[in-house]
Amino acid sequence: MSSATTEAGVGGIRRSRRRMLFEDERWLAMALLSPTILLLGLFIAYPFVTGVMLSLSNARVGVPGEFVGFANFARLWNDPIFAKAVGNTFIYTAVTTVFKLALGLWLAVLLNRHFRGKALVRAFILLPFIIPTVLSTFAWKWMFDPTFSVLNWTFRTLGLIDTRINWLGDPDLAMLSVMIVNIWRGVPFYAISLLAGLQTISPDLHEAAAIDGARPWSRFWHITWPLLLPVTMVVVLFSVIQTFADFQLVYVLTAGGPANATHLFATYAYQVAIGTGLLSEGAAISLAMFPVLFLVVIIQLLYIRRVETR
Amino acid sequence: MARIGGGGLAGILASAQAPAYAQGTTIHWLRWNDFVPASDQLLRREIAQECQRALGIRLNVETVNANDIQARVTSAVQSGSGPDIFNVLNNWPQLYAQSAADVSDIAEEVAAAQGGFYEVAKAVAHDGRRWLAVPFSIVGNTFAYRKSWFEEVGYAEFPRTWEQFRDAGQKLKAKGRPLGQTLGQTFGDAPTFTYPLMWSFGGKEVEADGRTVVLNSPETVESVRFMTRLWRDACDEGGLAWDDSNNNRAFLSGTISATLNGASIYIESMRRPQSYLTDRGTPMKDDIRHGVMPAGPAGSFHFHLPFSNMMPAYSRNQDATRRFLRWIHSKDVFERWFVTQRGFSVGATTVWEQHPIWNEDPVMLPYRNAARVGRVPGYAGTSNAKAAEIVTKYVITNMYARAVQGIAPEQAVREAHAEVARIYAG
Repeated sequence: MSSATTEAGVGGIRRSRRRMLFEDERWLAMALLSPTILLLGLFIAYPFVTGVMLSLSNARVGVPGEFVGFANFARLWNDPIFAKAVGNTFIYTAVTTVFKLALGLWLAVLLNRHFRGKALVRAFILLPFIIPTVLSTFAWKWMFDPTFSVLNWTFRTLGLIDTRINWLGDPDLAMLSVMIVNIWRGVPFYAISLLAGLQTISPDLHEAAAIDGARPWSRFWHITWPLLLPVTMVVVLFSVIQTFADFQLVYVLTAGGPANATHLFATYAYQVAIGTGLLSEGAAISLAMFPVLFLVVIIQLLYIRRVETR
Repeated sequence: MARIGGGGLAGILASAQAPAYAQGTTIHWLRWNDFVPASDQLLRREIAQECQRALGIRLNVETVNANDIQARVTSAVQSGSGPDIFNVLNNWPQLYAQSAADVSDIAEEVAAAQGGFYEVAKAVAHDGRRWLAVPFSIVGNTFAYRKSWFEEVGYAEFPRTWEQFRDAGQKLKAKGRPLGQTLGQTFGDAPTFTYPLMWSFGGKEVEADGRTVVLNSPETVESVRFMTRLWRDACDEGGLAWDDSNNNRAFLSGTISATLNGASIYIESMRRPQSYLTDRGTPMKDDIRHGVMPAGPAGSFHFHLPFSNMMPAYSRNQDATRRFLRWIHSKDVFERWFVTQRGFSVGATTVWEQHPIWNEDPVMLPYRNAARVGRVPGYAGTSNAKAAEIVTKYVITNMYARAVQGIAPEQAVREAHAEVARIYAG
């Protein structure tokens, strides 16, 4: 009898402890968060820490290497190709982001109107974003081909040019070409995201403003834009991060050439680490992106917070 | 090497079956996409089947773009898993020396049985102590050119000097038939042109001690200066963005009059004679000839592209891989592949110069002994990991590319010298 009572007592204590664990929000939160923490740790934190360790070593492919402090970063400081890649990345990100935002917003406003075949047009708009980047970039590579460019053929047939445009052979034009492809690919992301934002804006506001005599531009500037700003900031944030770390587009189109003219952080890191096998230097190049991106994220998140609490 | 079952080789032959231990073993061989597709087909079909019959080994031949092979090597070595053999180009084995299994026994056997390796093959696959890879083949590089077009501008023979070459190119470009040369960031046709150009003017990366960087010399500057003239007067400007396949397409479409290449252009024109025609409607193959590198003040040099089979140390199939390497490099098996190449590749050993294939087509004759006169990057030092790093970073090619893009030859050489010095100091 007494032992049964004891067992019942122990069982009750276990149950109450379990209940307490689930009722205690701190423990419950930890239990629910643990899968996410595990995944983030495995796929984000571990590679990041490995990258940091690599960048502080002299590891090469197949050779673990030794700790060398900031020697790799000092090397980069004197590397003219790295300097070129840094400049390219900033210009590439800035120019393409401005164009993607402007064109994406313009498209979103157009698509927010009612017209026949709206659903079909929206689906087509997404095509550049849906097609795998490598595939669509190969198509662009053919269009920019030094010998058989369909763009050159078209311009020549229309009488617009006499000589071939050396799209990928001229350093400036090569940079312009990769920007064009990035903008072409990125506009749908902006357009669809901003369209979603536009649809959350109540039409009543526009109607009321129109009744009060506000013109279309005034309605856009004083109603649409302020209400769309938080969404826009998030979209720009994602886009800047992706564009800054862009790789496959440049790799397929120019491989960083001609003569390193179109290298970005990621393509140069790839060439040094994977192509040449200098893993530590490649990791240092990749990590050099981190402070910049971190700063961008902090500034934009602070701005979003300010906009939201206004 | 593991012992081959009871009865040894005689037992295997008597039973007409592969040894039991190798049954089910798969060898993964990573190679480039061959510019002679017939060779890849042979490996995938007939050679793979024969390998299964003869060795009991299943052969998995994977081909990728040559520019992507290094990425595959790096990821495989770092993860410790991947192909059992990499057919690597150029002096890449030196970059992966620490991760390559010692294959000296196989290489020495092949050399002894087949007349010895060419110097260029040994220079890239041997680190002074051991063989890092077994030399497999060498893609000869000469100029494919349009005979009738060169005759029209007064050159019955291919130009012998760079100045003649520029003169011919200038006249051809005036007729809308420029020379085609890549200065892009690509593995083959760019460095095999730029290194010999530098050497032919007397330029070099380092002294024979392998430490003293001497790239920035009047000779190198003169070669860069010449390149800018050649580019402006005679070349197709699109070449700055070409990879190794663009010049093939440009030549076969009749856009350019000459290009430094392996024999793949000529071989393709023979494969489809009705598809590739001259402006007179005759098969282009009859108008294609091959010419050797023009000479500069220091002479005429070539950089032919060596290929070697490297077995990574991580491979768990080392015994089977060694058996396969012995088998594929044996005269009878290698000959099957060699014949499909039709001269595009020569063997890494000298015995293949005597093969009857060279009697079939005089147009291919310049490739027969080509590998005897080659140099390799890193000259006048050894073709070590530093030299390989310079190749894979395209430092020499970009030196010429930067100059033709408009910066002063002196500055282009100075910048390249600084990069080379940084690499040799590291």
